[in-house]
Amino acid sequence: MDAAIPIFRMEGVCKRYGGVQALEEAALNVHGGRVHAVLGENGAGKSTLIKVMAGVVTPDKGRMTLEGREVSFADPAAAMNAGVVSVFQELSLIPDLSVADNIVISNPPKRFGLIDRRAQRRIAEQALARAGGEDIHPMAPVRDLPLSRRQIVEIAKALARSPRILILDEATSALTAADVTKVFAVLKRLRSEGLALLFISHRMHEIAEIADECTVFRNGCNVATYLAGTKADNEVVEMMIGREYSHVFPPKAAHRASNSPPILEVRNLSWGQRLRDISLSAAAGEVIGVGGLDGQGQRELLLALFGVLKGVTGEILIDGKPARIAKPRDAKAKKIGMALIPEDRKTEGLMLPMAVGANLSFAALDSLSRCGIIDRGAELKAVEDMIKLLNIRTDGLDVPVGSLSGGNQQKAVIAKWLMVTPRIILLNDPTRGIDVGTKQEIYQLLRKLAESGAAIIFYSTDYAELIGCCNRVLVLYDGALKRTLVEGEITERALVASALNIATGKIATDQREAGARPAFDA
Amino acid sequence: MSDWRYRLAEQRGTLLAAAIFLVMFVIYVGNHPAGFTANVVQTAANKGVLLALLALAQTVVVLTAGIDLSLGMLFILTNCLGSYIITGSPPTAMLGVVGVLLDGLACGALNGAIVIYGRLQPIVTTIATGSIYYGLALWLRPQPGNSDGFNADIADFMTGRLPDGIPASVVALLLVVMVIWLPFRRSAIGRAVYATGSSEVAAYMSGVPIRRAKFVAYCLSGLLSAMGGLFVTFITYSGEASYANGGTYTLFSIAAVVLGGVSLFGGVGSAIGAIFGALAFRTIGDLLFVFNLDPLWQPLFQGVVLLVVVCIGAARLFRIRNRLDLFA
Repeated sequence: MDAAIPIFRMEGVCKRYGGVQALEEAALNVHGGRVHAVLGENGAGKSTLIKVMAGVVTPDKGRMTLEGREVSFADPAAAMNAGVVSVFQELSLIPDLSVADNIVISNPPKRFGLIDRRAQRRIAEQALARAGGEDIHPMAPVRDLPLSRRQIVEIAKALARSPRILILDEATSALTAADVTKVFAVLKRLRSEGLALLFISHRMHEIAEIADECTVFRNGCNVATYLAGTKADNEVVEMMIGREYSHVFPPKAAHRASNSPPILEVRNLSWGQRLRDISLSAAAGEVIGVGGLDGQGQRELLLALFGVLKGVTGEILIDGKPARIAKPRDAKAKKIGMALIPEDRKTEGLMLPMAVGANLSFAALDSLSRCGIIDRGAELKAVEDMIKLLNIRTDGLDVPVGSLSGGNQQKAVIAKWLMVTPRIILLNDPTRGIDVGTKQEIYQLLRKLAESGAAIIFYSTDYAELIGCCNRVLVLYDGALKRTLVEGEITERALVASALNIATGKIATDQREAGARPAFDA
Repeated sequence: MSDWRYRLAEQRGTLLAAAIFLVMFVIYVGNHPAGFTANVVQTAANKGVLLALLALAQTVVVLTAGIDLSLGMLFILTNCLGSYIITGSPPTAMLGVVGVLLDGLACGALNGAIVIYGRLQPIVTTIATGSIYYGLALWLRPQPGNSDGFNADIADFMTGRLPDGIPASVVALLLVVMVIWLPFRRSAIGRAVYATGSSEVAAYMSGVPIRRAKFVAYCLSGLLSAMGGLFVTFITYSGEASYANGGTYTLFSIAAVVLGGVSLFGGVGSAIGAIFGALAFRTIGDLLFVFNLDPLWQPLFQGVVLLVVVCIGAARLFRIRNRLDLFA
């Protein structure tokens, strides 16, 4: 590091969410006139770091200084006033307001106490022009804009606040190559104007293009800072991996997929720009992992299979025969037998205030009732069997499911779907935020279900789980299936490298479609 | 697209409500035995303006994605209070008017404070406070009536006609729109109200003063409800703690807001639309009268019109591609 004094300093910052240490003694120095990239795999603490800087999350411990003065931000407004402005990954635009309204939202220009619409229009047009969004009409409602335009508006909004530190959290993830070129030109100009830029991206070529220095995060802590261009992709991956394995996985059954015909076959599945031409097959007894960085279409893939999305194209075959899955009820039907363990158990999986017993039997009510009347005896028996099987710790069947611990709630969601004896089980990051003991029970359960003949598709943000549980792992990048890792190939290094869509060692990745990689002129 | 098309798109709900009202009103006047006379317009205006004021009050709260079920009862309370304190000489009577408005403002502020600081749902909060406001009204006026020395001159002026035949109530409504609504719509706090109703999370992330926006919305709602209360006092010269009226006006204000293109999910719509919604809703009843239909049909027709308009407004749901968004 050179002698320049950083604009922003962060030291010893810690943040804990329940049982998860998201940041541990994290430190970061941000300098004016530089683009600082932050790298790390899922759950490394990048997002929490940014939220702390932007005033969204209050750290448990640690100090931050801005231009030598100690600061703490109570809310996003305080951070903004101090000049720390963020372009968030989950967009912070207000859908029902116009583009211009959104750009000036935190500090609209005023005249005689009222908003000066002419000045607002001028500011919005200037900001849009700076961000490369001249094609966006300032009066268009944000709701009607496609995602890539929204992201440009989000950047324009940040620029209109004349920031000193600009944080871009995956701000280029929805942009086309041409847009990225424009945005990078803006960022380079801002850099020459002396702004400090913090750039978070999973696109390695973008980081190579724009960053001056890089900091790698792992397990909530900054592990290395280096000048851009001084480390090969290989070394970067090496720094990002190396998480400690705290879980024990049941032995995998040596599965030979070629032996049994697939239960589920998917051909050329697409959904707008979010899923691109995905084909896969799953046989009985297989545990298929879905990996990649968060938000690359994994969730949409599971929802598309389960019939939640409209306008999905492609073919789904069950037992070799084409099947139409137009809604979750179709997916659940006996001849398909699909179950989805959702991501957010609190809203999509359970009715929290209702009793444990009622929650468990919801999906299976059809088979537990006669002429529309629930057979209480059969229900009770089925629920009790399931609670025993999954070892759900509860004070009886009548307590609200919301009073159970997180791990037991997750087991309840799984139990609910096992009651319909599904043949195809889709799991959407089922172990997020639950304790190690329950995680292991879930791994064992997955193995048991596979052995009893179910096909399992398992999306996890935790690479260790994919390595420990899966026969095959499909790595998604930008909505497309980039690589399939089989048995022995499933290593953390291979997972991280293919998640970032880079080639390391002998792993050859498919080249992205021609033209998708932006070409930059000096 | 050029600017005017965006302006048009933004005002679609308002324009639809205005069109519905105009069509109904033309049919009404055209078939009225007396025709388009100042008397007919004045009577229609007085009835319409009353609901329009309450629709305005409901709009500002609905824009924050809240709802005010206490507004009908607050309207009754301010009516009863008005029948007591609008007395004596014009200056003291005017003081009474100010008192009624302040009462409305205070009750609105109470609603806002409970919703924001008590973090209770608006629906529960306003059912409870509405009951309290009605209790107070009943305590003030166990029997309908007014106080000795009630100043009827102000009342007659407000419900009468200006020298050139324009109903004073319509002028008063226009004034309210120009002095309260239009500045509100163009103020930073007004925009914060829209932002909060549209997406509270995004508003928070953008540093919008969410709490202040909600508080102002509830205060304004109280103030506008009190104007409605004043107006009914002027029409009837008395106060009446009628539970039925309170409930009916609350529900009618919501119907008017919906007819006027204001989204109950918040963030979308205009008070101008709600005013036309209120006027249209009122005209439905009058239409039955000119066609000599039994007034008993009125609720049924109001319901049908409301349903049809709401269905038109819900058409955008067909565009949703992730079904989980339907429940968001």
